[in-house]
Amino acid sequence: MPAIPLNKAPQPAKTDPAQIRNFCIIAHIDHGKSTLADRMLGITGVVDARNMREQYLDRMDIERERGITIKSQAVRLPWRSGLDGKDYILNMIDTPGHVDFTYEVSRSLAACEGAILLVDCAQGIEAQTLANLYLAMENDLTIIPVLNKIDLPAAQPDKFAEELAKLVGCKPSDCLRVSGKTGAGVEELLDQIVAQIPAPKGSADAPPRALIFDSVYDTYRGVVTYVRVFDGKLTPREQIQMVSTGVRHELLDIGVISPEPVSSQGIGVGEVGYLITGVKDVRLSRVGDTVTSYHNPAKEGLSGYKDPKPMVFSGLYPIDGDDYPILRDALDKLQLNDAALVYEPETSVALGFGFRCGFLGLLHMEIVRERLEREFNLSLISTAPNVVYRVFLEDGSEKIVTNPSEYPNGKVAKVFEPIVKATILSPSDYIGTIMELCQSRRGTLGGMDYLSEDRVEIRYTLPLAEIVFDFFDQLKSRTKGYASLDYEPIGEAEGDLVKVDILLQGDTVDAFSSIVHRDKAYPYGVMMTTKLRELIPRQQFEVPIQAAIGAKIIARENIRAIRKDVLAKCYGGDISRKRKLLEKQKEGKKRMKMVGRVEVPQEAFIAALSTNTDGESGKSKK
Amino acid sequence: MAKVESPRSSAQRALSFYIHIPYCAKRCGYCDFNTYTPQELSTSDLGLITRPYVDSALKEIELAKSEVGDAIVPTLFFGGGTPSLMPSSEIARLINGVKGLFEFDANIEVTLEANPDTLTLAYLDEIRAAGVNRLSIGMQSAVKHVLVALDRTHNPENVARACKLAREAGFEHLSVDLIYGTPGETAQDWRESFESALALPIDHISAYALIVESGTKLAARVKRGELVMPNDDETAEKYLDFDASAESAGFSWYELSNWAKPGGECRHNIAYWDGSYWLGIGPGAHSYLNGRRWWNVKHPVTYQSALSEGKSPIADSEILSDENLRAEFLMLQIRMKFGIELNKLELKQQAQAKNFRDSGHIDSSEWARGRLALTPSGRLIADRIVRELMV
Repeated sequence: MPAIPLNKAPQPAKTDPAQIRNFCIIAHIDHGKSTLADRMLGITGVVDARNMREQYLDRMDIERERGITIKSQAVRLPWRSGLDGKDYILNMIDTPGHVDFTYEVSRSLAACEGAILLVDCAQGIEAQTLANLYLAMENDLTIIPVLNKIDLPAAQPDKFAEELAKLVGCKPSDCLRVSGKTGAGVEELLDQIVAQIPAPKGSADAPPRALIFDSVYDTYRGVVTYVRVFDGKLTPREQIQMVSTGVRHELLDIGVISPEPVSSQGIGVGEVGYLITGVKDVRLSRVGDTVTSYHNPAKEGLSGYKDPKPMVFSGLYPIDGDDYPILRDALDKLQLNDAALVYEPETSVALGFGFRCGFLGLLHMEIVRERLEREFNLSLISTAPNVVYRVFLEDGSEKIVTNPSEYPNGKVAKVFEPIVKATILSPSDYIGTIMELCQSRRGTLGGMDYLSEDRVEIRYTLPLAEIVFDFFDQLKSRTKGYASLDYEPIGEAEGDLVKVDILLQGDTVDAFSSIVHRDKAYPYGVMMTTKLRELIPRQQFEVPIQAAIGAKIIARENIRAIRKDVLAKCYGGDISRKRKLLEKQKEGKKRMKMVGRVEVPQEAFIAALSTNTDGESGKSKK
Repeated sequence: MAKVESPRSSAQRALSFYIHIPYCAKRCGYCDFNTYTPQELSTSDLGLITRPYVDSALKEIELAKSEVGDAIVPTLFFGGGTPSLMPSSEIARLINGVKGLFEFDANIEVTLEANPDTLTLAYLDEIRAAGVNRLSIGMQSAVKHVLVALDRTHNPENVARACKLAREAGFEHLSVDLIYGTPGETAQDWRESFESALALPIDHISAYALIVESGTKLAARVKRGELVMPNDDETAEKYLDFDASAESAGFSWYELSNWAKPGGECRHNIAYWDGSYWLGIGPGAHSYLNGRRWWNVKHPVTYQSALSEGKSPIADSEILSDENLRAEFLMLQIRMKFGIELNKLELKQQAQAKNFRDSGHIDSSEWARGRLALTPSGRLIADRIVRELMV
């Protein structure tokens, strides 16, 4: 009976590091991480069957619905090893599973000594999992390869055991086989965590050093900071200090999660827990920073702290201009819980008042937008996402451009754009079409490896701008959904880039300006002008639609003036009906945006700004 | 701000009458009017149902009198349906019914809508004698395949014959209705139709762009792709072509879809557009009086049974707010040649209107004289202009 009664389990701040095992689970979305975590909560007895609910650890609705874990958490699981009969504390640190949160993943990994590499044995490893595996290996974590969902009829455990063995450098027989759903193999896995993963090491007498691996805003308690103690001990009512930001706080509460928060007399070396200081803004308690004692500070922080850097920008505008203050308040609130979200007010001639927002990546952007719409009941238009450009003018000055409409006209000497290293995993049947796609997106092949007979890892260097523009949708549609993608920023490179403006009746529509490679300027211009001709209704005058680089027109379409907009008959019985119709149409006009004198329906903006052709990018799992 | 005329004192109140005749021999494919065929009413003889119907209509007129009180009747209009299917004696009963309760203006205009196929000199003499002095003849088109597409039964040659007979019977005012923009109608077809209309001995023409009303046979055929509606640009061209030809033939436009020789304007229709009061008699008929609009139950059987029980046949009504009245003023007046006096518009509306003057949709010389009047191209986008000016 390996579960330990909770009151007999080793207590926080009094647990010998030798009894502690800190681990995380590296897995792709839908490979069953949450189900396995649920099962571990059940088997170790920290959640009884009556209180169990699916995906117990995923707090936000969005996470549960989309099956994505955005915010990691840590759970303290007491476990009596079936191998040596001794009692242990297993700290399971949940990791975000997506490309945009690589930095957060790296901090979660840094808090652990070992990682479970969890792979659905009906699907095999995916690109992001591979990227996180490499990250774990770089951090010298002990990897336990685990094949999940062995209960599925489509399971191919032997095939994927070979794949994992090759990646991890073990024997296929070393891969554990479990089913989170039925519980098969989970107890053995817990025993192996104890047996294989090293206990944390640290100096109990040194000044305290604890790594922040997550920081979450809670409406009632303010910011909850999750830490892993490396040295020393943190105790209640203590004055603490953040090493990088220098901010000082008083510890109002400290404790562990099991799986609900439980206050403790502190947390010591190797332990994982939470801190509450009453702070209301996660930016004052940043992931990657080191917590130390104000009165007994450590000389230096733990390594690896980075400021989150937004990589993708987009303008967010309320469809109803009156909602602008609501949007502002909503962004303020979201930022309390999202240190990576940045924004500043922006005005668009076409879209009115809004915000230019910076995100870690595309998913981060989608999540923020969805939360704004769902939690704050806002209807939003977003401009096409773009990256950050560093523009050098002929006079030698430098300008950072996060909004294409601010791109300088003429006199540009050099432009630098962010570059990423992309890793694509795919069945080998699709190598040709993937290379074709990457080539057309200015990619440079970095290498290719077979993971197994029919699965291949392809590495490309690509401008990030090419990825934010419907790359993922293209990749999925070209590979029938089989390919997976991961990318990480590796710096910047000079690009032959131009800004293409779209003009309606001579007026630039700022929301449609785009920075593109020179070779793509003409196709972009033709695509946009054609699209807009279809989308914008005829006006009482002719409306030329032009695409231009500076003063040079590269594409043109025309919307002819409307000739007829009247109902011929209007006799006694028609009057009420007609008046009501006109009043209704007048209401509809309020949803029109004016570009100069041209009325553009909101729908036209939304349709013209959407990059995807199949209309399902927002919902696709990544 | 649009000024709404205040009602005159009830002693001198003008009150037009519309009397609905909800029967047709056959329903045309494009028609969504409130009319019924013998087949739909399960009878073989319209004569059998007209008499009780007229009895009900007379009852409604009596009810109206008790509520409205005295009024002078400047115009009376028999619309349908096909009023010319009604025996002349029933027409006479209705005219006399109104005349017995309300005072007829000395110059009263009494119009009857007529199907050219069934008109005889004898019938025309009889209704002329009963007091009808204006005929509105459903012509629609002079081109056979267009009439077929419209599902009309009449022979185009009968229109000229009917006009000639009406003249012989002493009708001073004759009008024909035309429809343009029917699927399959070429610009040349349309020209042929309106030229033959302009050559008739008439003083009024109504020309409507075909509207595909949902629920009609035409709408179903368009939806199935059997018929293709012409695009709006072609229809606009047809309007302009007709307008120019009508003007040079001496028919001047006085409302968006109506042209007349001097003195031939339909005063009844003008009453609808200039905010005058009218009573609609019959199933589905609308009325307007003192800022209130109401309308009757639609089906003749329900209508008749209500009245036979001494109940009001009104289905529903609405009281117009000041905002509604302003919107209606704008939407109706802008359709008229006289247009709208600029000083009746707010400054914001005038500024909006100026854009349309600059784009050639509002007549600039009339503007200089202080009036907003639409040019031919402006009439074609009148609804759009109204939407812009609505406040």
